[in-house]
Amino acid sequence: MRQTEVLVIGGGPAGLSAALEAASLGCDVTLVDSDLALGGQLIKQTHKFFGSKEERAGTRGFKISEMLLEELHGYKDKIKVHTNCTATGYYKEDGVISCVIGEEKYFRIQAKKIVMATGAQERLLPFPKNHLPGVYGAGAVQTLMNVYGVAPGEKVIMVGAGNIGLIVSYQLMQAGVEIAGIVEAMDKIGGYWVHAAKIRRMGVPIYLRHTIKEAIGDQIVKGAVIQEINDKFQPTGTEIKIDADIICMAVGLTPTCEILWQAGCKMIYVPQLCGHVAQRDMNMRTSHPDIWVAGDAAGIEEASAAMVEGRIAGVGVAKSLGHGNASEQAKRLEDYKGRIADLRGGEVGQKICQGLKVCTVNQWEV
Amino acid sequence: MNLIEKHPIIDFKHGKKVTFSFDGKEMEGFEGDPIAAALHANGVRIYRETPIKEQTRGFFCAIGKCSSCFMVVDGVPNVRTCVTPLKVGMRVETQRGKGVIAMDAE
Amino acid sequence: MSENEKLFNGGVLTEARKGAIEPPKDLWERKKNGLVIIECPQRIPCNPCHTSCPTGAVKAFKDINDQPEIDYEKCTGCARCVAICPGLACFVVDLTWGGNDVALMKLPYEMLPLPEEGDTVDCLNRLGEAVAKGKIVKIAELMNDRTKVVQVEVPRSLVMNIRTIRVVK
Repeated sequence: MRQTEVLVIGGGPAGLSAALEAASLGCDVTLVDSDLALGGQLIKQTHKFFGSKEERAGTRGFKISEMLLEELHGYKDKIKVHTNCTATGYYKEDGVISCVIGEEKYFRIQAKKIVMATGAQERLLPFPKNHLPGVYGAGAVQTLMNVYGVAPGEKVIMVGAGNIGLIVSYQLMQAGVEIAGIVEAMDKIGGYWVHAAKIRRMGVPIYLRHTIKEAIGDQIVKGAVIQEINDKFQPTGTEIKIDADIICMAVGLTPTCEILWQAGCKMIYVPQLCGHVAQRDMNMRTSHPDIWVAGDAAGIEEASAAMVEGRIAGVGVAKSLGHGNASEQAKRLEDYKGRIADLRGGEVGQKICQGLKVCTVNQWEV
Repeated sequence: MNLIEKHPIIDFKHGKKVTFSFDGKEMEGFEGDPIAAALHANGVRIYRETPIKEQTRGFFCAIGKCSSCFMVVDGVPNVRTCVTPLKVGMRVETQRGKGVIAMDAE
Repeated sequence: MSENEKLFNGGVLTEARKGAIEPPKDLWERKKNGLVIIECPQRIPCNPCHTSCPTGAVKAFKDINDQPEIDYEKCTGCARCVAICPGLACFVVDLTWGGNDVALMKLPYEMLPLPEEGDTVDCLNRLGEAVAKGKIVKIAELMNDRTKVVQVEVPRSLVMNIRTIRVVK
């Protein structure tokens, strides 16, 4: 059985930040990630990030990932990395985590402290023929085109005008793919207004108060029928048939939290955070004294917030292990908490804050 | 291979070009890329057929979670092709039904 | 819901709003190299327009979610904010350019194909409709990050309509 001081599950923005922060305070860390490359969703983001200088605002997502990986390289003696390695289970009786490399090579690992930065998974909508090849998750479309340089198709219907739907539409256009239109059930785009303005001015229609009725095609997607809905989300009878070879689903994410459930962390359903999340204290510690949570696994938010949350969890873990000095820890925590409060201060952040109120405790009882 | 040749932001770095087969047909792909991405670049979008309704399935989540892209790779069924790296000479096949695991194979 | 409100809800600016206002006319008409127009009508956590501004024309933010406010006297039309804005929401308009009927716009551009100096391009409004032809004057990459700032000569009467270009080849 392998041993480690700190196990970080997930090598996206939150997990990388948690690992780096913990290592910088003296912890020995093992980081596992199920993907072939580290960086999580960051490696697919060609747009520039919002936020402030500390969050590297104005820098493209994949560049931020490169910066984090460079920082990681500086800690190669403190952080052991396994990619293509999925954490498959938590065993309550001894706190052991089982992992599988690829499809078949298993190992077990025991950690003093664990940071769950498992990210999120995409939601799908129920509609006839949603199983057809060509109905792709937005994250998958990004992976194909921005990581592997493969155009997902020629013409795309985007479902959902949140930040992901808007950004991926823009990225598809950069890859030379036509956007037939963006379909959004609400009467207003859900993502940042400026992201919508970018694509509107290139002539992409956004169908507000519309939803997808069905996909068209026998073996693969040939198009879709979209329909107008009223303010009670009932069809008005107005339909539009659109030809396309890809229907891209960007209808939201939900936290990946199976392993938190297995570990017996207190979970709570918080709609504003898009699913079940672990209750946590101000330093991201769950009800399980040895388990922290950070990033989308703790509630769906922007990657910039995930990075700061990871840093907070990293300090929390180091503190509990007695690494680093108290004043340094306190200084860092104050800085990170100020930054994350700023990130959540806008229109979109209000919803997040409401959700966080429900699942955050001041301090766990000892 | 149908690849994005020009991009305003990204310089793609591809790995070594290797050959593999899909349902007996020879194809080219880049070593280390997910099998599913290599197939997509070759215009292949149907990866399996479901056991009961025999419906087509393809790429969907690209993070190894949804089971949509299961295929038979080198005789092993239910391989998550979206997260399994391509290797030279791989034998990739459309998976029909549940797939037969090796110990039960004739 | 009014038509204008529907358009705004879908990402199209229809009138001046907080965070999206026109520069003062008299100063604008005489300011060489132009003045910035920022169209950022929603509170979001973002401030590179301020941090990249070499003259302090984009005023400091009290809260990072504040919308940008501009001291037009200080704006030199340098277009660094045009190049860095993650929302591609900054545009510089130089009304002192050329003759009476034209103006120069400095627009962010991150698509292919790239236009070349001297090319005639379609000028698109906020809905993507081609409303005029423009002439490319210069293409620069100010931040060394692939985002281009395209300088295009456009009809002066359309500077508050045109927001991007389309290369026609």
